[in-house]
Amino acid sequence: MSLITIERKILEKNDEIARQNRARLAEHGVLAVNLVSSPGSGKTSLIERTLDQLNGKLRVAVIEGDVHTSLDAERIARYRVPVVQIVTHGGCHLDAHLVREAMAKLDLSCVDLLIIENVGNLVCPANYDLGEAMKIVIISTTEGDDKPLKYPAMFRNAAVLVINKIDLLPHLDCQLDLLRRHALQINPALKVFETSCTTGAGISEWCAWLEATTRRESVTKPARHEG
Amino acid sequence: MHEMSIARSLLEVIERYAPTNGRARVKIVRLRIGELAGVVPESLRFCFEVASEGTVAQGAELQIEHVPLIGRCRACGADFHVEGYIFICPHCESPHVELISGDELEVVELEVEDVRCP
Repeated sequence: MSLITIERKILEKNDEIARQNRARLAEHGVLAVNLVSSPGSGKTSLIERTLDQLNGKLRVAVIEGDVHTSLDAERIARYRVPVVQIVTHGGCHLDAHLVREAMAKLDLSCVDLLIIENVGNLVCPANYDLGEAMKIVIISTTEGDDKPLKYPAMFRNAAVLVINKIDLLPHLDCQLDLLRRHALQINPALKVFETSCTTGAGISEWCAWLEATTRRESVTKPARHEG
Repeated sequence: MHEMSIARSLLEVIERYAPTNGRARVKIVRLRIGELAGVVPESLRFCFEVASEGTVAQGAELQIEHVPLIGRCRACGADFHVEGYIFICPHCESPHVELISGDELEVVELEVEDVRCP
């Protein structure tokens, strides 16, 4: 019997591809954000409301991840921004190599902000680095104020929390302050936005932050050469 | 299933480091898995059994070292076990806590048998 020492991460292959993705994005001064949530929290709607305000101010591209169909990519395509649909055919999360393939279909020299909409799932995407600058977790008020306690890894790994569907609060038992408190107990550094994609509440604040963050990232963008 | 994807990735690591002489069989895989990694050990064992069929790791036992979720308070320096995933120092209530351990998902070592040896 022989002993072989390994001491490597199980997901080292994914992490290496994610590093390469990150380097490629940095080369082009692109801010990439990874939107994660349970199914139905409003990720695609939030992207649509974001494009309503930022399309034209920033050059946005979108990578859509779904188990089946291209329905989300079709919604985004109406905004005439570059969009690539990844269909996982059963895979419950996006991984770095799928994102690498999708990035290869985009001209990153013409992109300021890359929004990656992950498969609706609050468990598996927490483990998979895609090469993004940050994970943005979206939770809707209909999911309950104890949701962060049930999915601590995702809330710990995210940089931003968007609490969506705040227009429904009058009809729900969900206590917004308690939801924030639970999320911030797990990750005190979380930046929190409260939005409604239906009424538009909070969307301007969210977009202003996203635009400012994108512009800070694009300071490193290579200068375009004339001629 | 979450653990199936992890099991497949684990198998890739094993196949990368295990001998490729055709005689070796991996008997034991030692893993280090943290509380925050979100992996259920029995699900991982089941998925690995399926994923490793016909490979050098078929039949290998997964031995898992569970790593506790330990935080270190940046304000008072105390190390503590993070209970209920609440990253607030129980001594001084500071929210400025860094993760010391608990998010590991690692392969530590393999015990490999040469099947020609008695």
